[in-house]
Amino acid sequence: MMPYLDHAATTPMLAEAITAVSRAMGQVGNPSSLHGAGRAARRSIEESRELLAASLGARPSEVILTAGGTESDNLAVKGIFWARRAADPRRRRVIASSIEHHAVMDAVEWLVEHEGADVTWLPVDAHGLVAPAALRAALARNPESVALVTVMWANNEVGTVQSINELAAVAHEYDVPMHTDAVQAVGAVPVDFAASGVDALTMTGHKLGGPPGAGALLLRRDIACVPLLHGGGQEREVRSGTLNVPGAVGLAVATSLAVERREVVAARVAALRDAIVDGVLAAVPDARLHGHPTARLPGIANLTFPGCEGDALLMLLDARGVECSTGSACSAGVAQPSHVLIALGATPAQARGSLRFSLGHDSTAADVDAAVAAIVPAVERARRAGLTSVVS
Amino acid sequence: MKILAAMSGGVDSAVAAARAVDAGHDVTGVHLALSAAPATLRHGARGCCTAEDAHDARRAADVLGIPFYIWDLAERFRADVIDDFVSEYAAGRTPNPCLRCNEKIKFTAVLDKALALGFDAVVTGHHARLVDGRLTRSVDPAKDQSYVLAVCTQRQLASAMFPLGDSTKTQVREEAAARGLAVADKPDSHDICFIADGDTRGFLARRLGAEDGPIVDAETGDVLGTHPGSFGFTVGQRRGLNLQRPTPGGDPRYVLSIRPVDNTVVVGSREMLEISQVRAEPVVWTAGVAPGERFTCSVQLRAHGMTSPTTVTVNGPVVTAVLDTPQVGVAAGQALVMYDGDTVLGSGTITAAQRTADVPA
Ligand SMILES: Cc1ncc(COP(=O)(O)O)c(C=O)c1O
Repeated sequence: MMPYLDHAATTPMLAEAITAVSRAMGQVGNPSSLHGAGRAARRSIEESRELLAASLGARPSEVILTAGGTESDNLAVKGIFWARRAADPRRRRVIASSIEHHAVMDAVEWLVEHEGADVTWLPVDAHGLVAPAALRAALARNPESVALVTVMWANNEVGTVQSINELAAVAHEYDVPMHTDAVQAVGAVPVDFAASGVDALTMTGHKLGGPPGAGALLLRRDIACVPLLHGGGQEREVRSGTLNVPGAVGLAVATSLAVERREVVAARVAALRDAIVDGVLAAVPDARLHGHPTARLPGIANLTFPGCEGDALLMLLDARGVECSTGSACSAGVAQPSHVLIALGATPAQARGSLRFSLGHDSTAADVDAAVAAIVPAVERARRAGLTSVVS
Repeated sequence: MKILAAMSGGVDSAVAAARAVDAGHDVTGVHLALSAAPATLRHGARGCCTAEDAHDARRAADVLGIPFYIWDLAERFRADVIDDFVSEYAAGRTPNPCLRCNEKIKFTAVLDKALALGFDAVVTGHHARLVDGRLTRSVDPAKDQSYVLAVCTQRQLASAMFPLGDSTKTQVREEAAARGLAVADKPDSHDICFIADGDTRGFLARRLGAEDGPIVDAETGDVLGTHPGSFGFTVGQRRGLNLQRPTPGGDPRYVLSIRPVDNTVVVGSREMLEISQVRAEPVVWTAGVAPGERFTCSVQLRAHGMTSPTTVTVNGPVVTAVLDTPQVGVAAGQALVMYDGDTVLGSGTITAAQRTADVPA
């Protein structure tokens, strides 16, 4: 097996999820139909919804099934913005962290460009943490103007995990709803929707062993949200589209297993991650690990290799069968210096020289050894190639 | 060998990469991202740097089953090609950006990076041949690109592969179709890739500002008309002058030179456009060394231009070419490329051209 160290991009499906999805694919029935086949499909959907809700500390009626993380993020950010502004036209401001995934960041920027929204990007410290005091200051400046707050639970590039409960409490001091993108958090750290206090939570299947193209937005019943997709009104009138039964079944099975096995898997994965970091730092002493020393996801190690370009490293590692990434994939595959690393205080050159290794449920010590063995010659070569894209 | 294939997203580079694979090499494809904002740069027109081109290149690489990456060279391209293009025009010269791109980007930035990363050579879809290491014209004279490659040194050519030089464009397209490459009937790129709409004048006006200035007769010094900004006129150009007063003989007038200092376009008759002596520098001996201090060869003075028999005198980094028959449309900033038959001997940037009338007998 090739050492696959890109689980944060997508992780292999769990065998149980594959079985459940395959079985569901053999079944006919639109959950909205009134006949027997429709009722059977409806039952699969509702059982999946209940399983998903139970796994995440939510009520079944709070689960809106979507086509994944990107859709859930867009629905939450735009839908809550529109609903809150419709209720009070002064509410035009979105408060977001400066390290959000593009699915949130670009949705916010779209609102700024097309809907007259204002945005306050919350700074993060060198470890990637949003200070509750910074959120309070941003809210206190003009609380009536705020439509929503959105801060991701765990970051996909550096793995920093926020104090989401504290941040949600601050938002609620000002009666402002709080959304969180928990795509990377679910199955990796404990996530309880009710206990967290957030009003809306994004999750997706393909990062935890479920099928791609299936996800959910957990949305409190008392939070108004204008739909993005209009049509049959299948999901609480907030989301339309014939329900994806195999997707929902796979999502629920994978989420419940990921949550159930979380503690054991996370401990194993974190130990492998530490081995990769220790191995790389021993071989390349001037490499630097990004993110928080303790408040971090078990599976992500993002390192800068000074004097290297991340894309050259990636190519050299790929040629040796080691699959990782340079951060988040970007427009037309052009590696822009990561906005996340820049927000953490990295220089553009440091940001360009970074690689993300991400481990998951099927990672092994052999993967770690292969990556560490490949990294030394790759760094040597990449240093020789230098920072070609930078004008001297 | 470990080969890096530069894949523009066009049919030529896709077939070149395919031939390298067939030859048994270990091939990796790269697309050069040359624009900082690829998606917005072009709308419908063809070029070398759209998001669509990156997609086409990736598709071709996937069909060939080779690894594929995008290298971001936008900053280098802006500094070395676009800024150079603008400042050359600002100085009254007519640059060739494709040639500059080959010199600074493909066969310097990309080649150096490839060699450093452990590749043995770079393959491109240029229509040219390497015969015993010597740069030679393509068998398809209409598509020959040896002119824009003549800036390459022997060292650079030693690590280059041009697998298309023995084929015509028609053959390349047929082969692409037979290989199932979706780019088989993709139109050729013609205009300058970083000028979205093909409007060079407009592009330069935005960069350099455009101010009305006089069009002056070279012989009489009379002001014959007004132009909307001298940048973007090219020596030898006849159209777009909008002159109201004809010559006494009723002959058309041509642009003879552009004087950015006083924003003046100088025009005159076709005879005055005839050049018989050209100076070019710095010279690159593409074939390795100068054939002698003084030798005869044929020279080409612009892309797709005619060649003319010439006597060349070498003086360090400067060559002076005395043309057997005068040529028109010779512009400073273009390359003078010296050929022995189909073989490129060397090249240099034209810095001065003397009119036939002014050359002492
Ligand atoms: C933090 C985060 N949010 C959102 C997404 C998008 O999720 P999806 O791929 O399901 O659209 C991703 C994954 O790419 C992610 O890592």
